[in-house]
Amino acid sequence: MRMKTVVPIPSVNRRKLLHALAAASVAALSARTRLARADSVLMRPIPSSGETLPAIGLGSWITFNVGYDEVARASCAEVIGNFFAAGGRLIDSSPMYGSSQAVIGDALKRLGKPAALFSADKVWTSPGSRGPAQIETSRDHWDVPRFDLLQVHNLLAWQEHLPTLNAMKAKGQLRYVGITTSEGRRHREVEEIMRTQRLDFVQVTYNAIDRDVEARILPLARERGIAVIVNRPFQQGALIERVARRPLPPWAAEIGCTSWAQLLLKFIISHPAVTCAIPATTSVAHVRENMEAAREPLPHEAMRRRMAVHVAAL
Amino acid sequence: MSEWWTYRLSNFLLFSPRTYYRLFELYNSEIWPGQVLALLVGLAMLALIRNGGRWQSRVIAAALAASWLWVAWAYHYARFASINWAAVYFAGAFALEALLLLGFGVVKGLHLRPRDGLLSAAGMGLVVFALIVHPLIGPLVGRSWSQVEIFAIAPDPTVIATLGVLVLATGASTWLLLPIPILWCLVSGATTWTMHSADAALMPIAAAFTLAVRRGLPS
Repeated sequence: MRMKTVVPIPSVNRRKLLHALAAASVAALSARTRLARADSVLMRPIPSSGETLPAIGLGSWITFNVGYDEVARASCAEVIGNFFAAGGRLIDSSPMYGSSQAVIGDALKRLGKPAALFSADKVWTSPGSRGPAQIETSRDHWDVPRFDLLQVHNLLAWQEHLPTLNAMKAKGQLRYVGITTSEGRRHREVEEIMRTQRLDFVQVTYNAIDRDVEARILPLARERGIAVIVNRPFQQGALIERVARRPLPPWAAEIGCTSWAQLLLKFIISHPAVTCAIPATTSVAHVRENMEAAREPLPHEAMRRRMAVHVAAL
Repeated sequence: MSEWWTYRLSNFLLFSPRTYYRLFELYNSEIWPGQVLALLVGLAMLALIRNGGRWQSRVIAAALAASWLWVAWAYHYARFASINWAAVYFAGAFALEALLLLGFGVVKGLHLRPRDGLLSAAGMGLVVFALIVHPLIGPLVGRSWSQVEIFAIAPDPTVIATLGVLVLATGASTWLLLPIPILWCLVSGATTWTMHSADAALMPIAAAFTLAVRRGLPS
């Protein structure tokens, strides 16, 4: 979000003028710094196309479900504005998330429809024949010409939805197709779908504690050329609460972490199969902090093992 | 839903506590001074309960039915549904309870038991609690006065007041009026418990108290 420069109008004296010039200089410098920071965000390729995405996206579970509350909607728009300003692109939502889609759509309108947006939504209905109508409603909420990515939410009626999504992709009404699960559910079925269907993305839960996907799903994603979105990076806040009272380990500085959130996110995005993690937040400070995790240096494999052991012991 | 055992209550909570209680704040602000009218209706209902009588019980049932219908529309459907898609079903259940109150309470007529000390005190106690004590609980546990929940405006005090009247009522048909309020107590308790609200036990306790008291009563 652009920083406003306020210039005092009445009774301009030399001191006030100098203050105003200084404020303007700081704003300009800050804007340039932000642009430079946005440029240095770690990008990850989507294997099926080669298109790159920032390694940190933005989730919307709970955080953007604020209904008609104008104050809260403005606050969400500010979070999304700062996400884009920090170099973010992918925003993920679902028809299951209450008013989140409409709140995102409202924010995008307030922000002048940022061109950087990579819109990721889901289809979540059964029977599958209701899918097209639900997708159209979702698109209407977001107010986008088409979604970049549509995923079958929690594998609900995936046998019916995947043909619909693939047909939309073939007609150019959609760019990518995926499936999602969370908190370790139905991993065998996820694997089976990854092996037998053409997918661009798979979305799973992965963090320093919940590491089931490391055994089979992440290697399979690499083998099959499927991009991986990671949800619940902080276990819906529980993981942050768990570690927050402890000091950051001294070695956190070696991987450029100044907070637990960054350490936990760097653990996730440093896995070679992961395309991006999607932490959700209602805080501008947190979205900026999260985006800072998408920068070099990332931990190497030995450091990743050390991180997992350390966090598990807390 | 497969692997249902892996789901926790928090998996079904779609909103933050801040959003949930802010909903009451905005709702109260939008309908002000409707709260005064609601309180007057509640106090009039209390006076009618004390007086007893055939027509009084019909008026009480009508007031309750109107309250349930208003909460169904103004709270569940028009507001809560904006952050919780399940609220559309809650609206339907509340509207159904309003119809049941009209059918069994207004048309058929509720029979309020004569005041007999302890039992009527239990029913009256629940109604008084819903009207006067319940609105104070939110502020007492740290929530803003602007988020106060009032009888005939918000679901919880409306449900508790109804439970009080149903404790006072006799006849088999009153058992048909109990399932929806009792279920709401569980839904509300689960929601507030998941949000770690300090008063989360209140609605389940109200339900358990009602069932315990009614089980001990002759029909």
